Amino acid sequence: MCKTKWILSMAVLALAVPAVAQTKAYKAPRTPDGVPDLQGVYSNSSAVPLERPANLGAKEFYTDAEVKANKEAAAARAAAAAGKAPVNEVGTVADIHYDTAQFGLKGNVTDAMVSKRTSIITGETGRVPAMLEIATKRQADARAAVAGHQFDGPENRGIAERCIYWGNEGPPMLPVGYNATLQIVQGQGYVGIVQEMIHDTRIIPTDGRPHASDNIRQFFGESVGRWEGDTLVVDTTNFNDMPAVGRGASRELHVIEKFTRTGPQTVLYQFTVSDPKTWEKSWSGEYPIGKIDGAVYEYACQEANYGMANILSGARADEKKAAAAKK
Amino acid sequence: MRNWFTGSVVVASATAAILTAVFVPVQTQAQTKAPAYKAPRTKDGKPNLNGIWMSNGLPNWDLEPHGPAPSVDPKLGSIYAIPPSVGYVVGGKIPYKPEALEQKKKNFAARAKEDPEAKCYMGGVPRANYMSYPFQILQGSPDIMMSYQYAGAVRILHLGTPAKAPADSWMGTSNAKWEGETLVVDVTALGDQSWLDRSGNFHSDQLHVVERWTMRSADVLIYEARIEDPEVYTQPWTIRVPLYRQVEDNARLLEFKCVVFAEELLYGHLRKPVGTPEPAPANNGKGKGKGKQ
Repeated sequence: MCKTKWILSMAVLALAVPAVAQTKAYKAPRTPDGVPDLQGVYSNSSAVPLERPANLGAKEFYTDAEVKANKEAAAARAAAAAGKAPVNEVGTVADIHYDTAQFGLKGNVTDAMVSKRTSIITGETGRVPAMLEIATKRQADARAAVAGHQFDGPENRGIAERCIYWGNEGPPMLPVGYNATLQIVQGQGYVGIVQEMIHDTRIIPTDGRPHASDNIRQFFGESVGRWEGDTLVVDTTNFNDMPAVGRGASRELHVIEKFTRTGPQTVLYQFTVSDPKTWEKSWSGEYPIGKIDGAVYEYACQEANYGMANILSGARADEKKAAAAKK
Repeated sequence: MRNWFTGSVVVASATAAILTAVFVPVQTQAQTKAPAYKAPRTKDGKPNLNGIWMSNGLPNWDLEPHGPAPSVDPKLGSIYAIPPSVGYVVGGKIPYKPEALEQKKKNFAARAKEDPEAKCYMGGVPRANYMSYPFQILQGSPDIMMSYQYAGAVRILHLGTPAKAPADSWMGTSNAKWEGETLVVDVTALGDQSWLDRSGNFHSDQLHVVERWTMRSADVLIYEARIEDPEVYTQPWTIRVPLYRQVEDNARLLEFKCVVFAEELLYGHLRKPVGTPEPAPANNGKGKGKGKQ
């Protein structure tokens, strides 16, 4: 799988992003068209996990003291690890993959956006609700269909490995481990969002139109938006059988997202996910995204997907070897 | 340019204009053909290019003038036969260097497998702008987004702080400015992998494209691209392609995830052959990789 642009992105992300200023009274500047201006390049990198660690129970927020202690513990771990990292041999896999230190970059950028949340998912449990029996059966059937045949052909490989989409793309859009960069551009009556991983663009009309024909089904669904005061509200339906959010969701998935400027550099992103064919109840989450200096770079996945050919030809070679051993 | 007049800047400019008119008729022809039309403005006073646009699909078959020709796979009947067109190259002919013309012919012969479009690769610039798929212009402030249906390609045109190309990429690095009615975009760092059409017209990584986007009427946008690549062409040349606004009710850019349609072409030969004994050793999940990410 190609990783050609990640280095550049990490450089961008390594720049400090200001903490979220949760100023309720903040009024977003307007675009020339008079709507709230969300435009800019953002990082949605986050240190907050999607689901709350079980040991935290119903605790939704860390205290200031805990945030401080967590940061100090992380810094101590980083300091302990510093200097212990092996120097990778030039030309090895370790040398070219994710060794940020050799480029003088900061490996961990997930402290960029500050949040006291214990999980992105809000509410008492902070976790994706239990799946319905029909959904677990659907998942089990899908797994069984490829069991023992994972290497037969490209269709049996993972959706990200095939460069169809990355799980972060959503909706709901979720933080991703690297290249967590997105840019928002607003044209007349539209909001466009490009996510660096993996260069897919969402174009959201805000002119009050209804959803597209029910026949049209898409990995990212089909989004329509509207402005409610300073907030962009996006309603997405028309998913196909493999919505990008994954987690067993079906074509009945329905996502509502809200984008609200909370300060000159920050946007609060909120979402609610429901799917009557998958979960007992809907689930919601939120996290801040912050402006960064720099640009979204091109992540050309399919164009350099050497991995897929290598995986399949490796499996064919293994089969040949096994057949030869039998003779 | 060497200037043998010693007069004023005005004289020098006039000389340049005359020389251009005489020696570069291609460009002049393209410019004089552009009709004087004043486009509706955005709220911040720029020509309004917002919309969903698409060529008539013909330039993507072959930019040069050509008659009809058989499909790359005759088994498909006339559905995929090459339709004729008057061509989109100003002056009619791409000025290939002789060795580059040979490569173009090789590309044409191998197009069923080698055309990046067949492999679901991003169209690149200029090709993405005249493929048989719509794209949308979102005229932001200051940046402009161009989002292409084919392969989900996207470009950000920088009108604020100019972008410096970090590396070659399929869609290149675009810096733009307004010149009256025209959006002028300087595109660099395009790499050498994209093609210009389905006929194997190509470029090297020395490609430099200057695009000129000008509204001709409410629903027609003229796309001009000056294509410069000293590795491949004897001189710069220009294409001129009309783009038509998609005026359907509820017109919108739908998702076209072409990867799934390209997998047989790219990996079909690597499928497990029918009748292979199983389970194969690699399929038990030990060490060689996992079934999902």
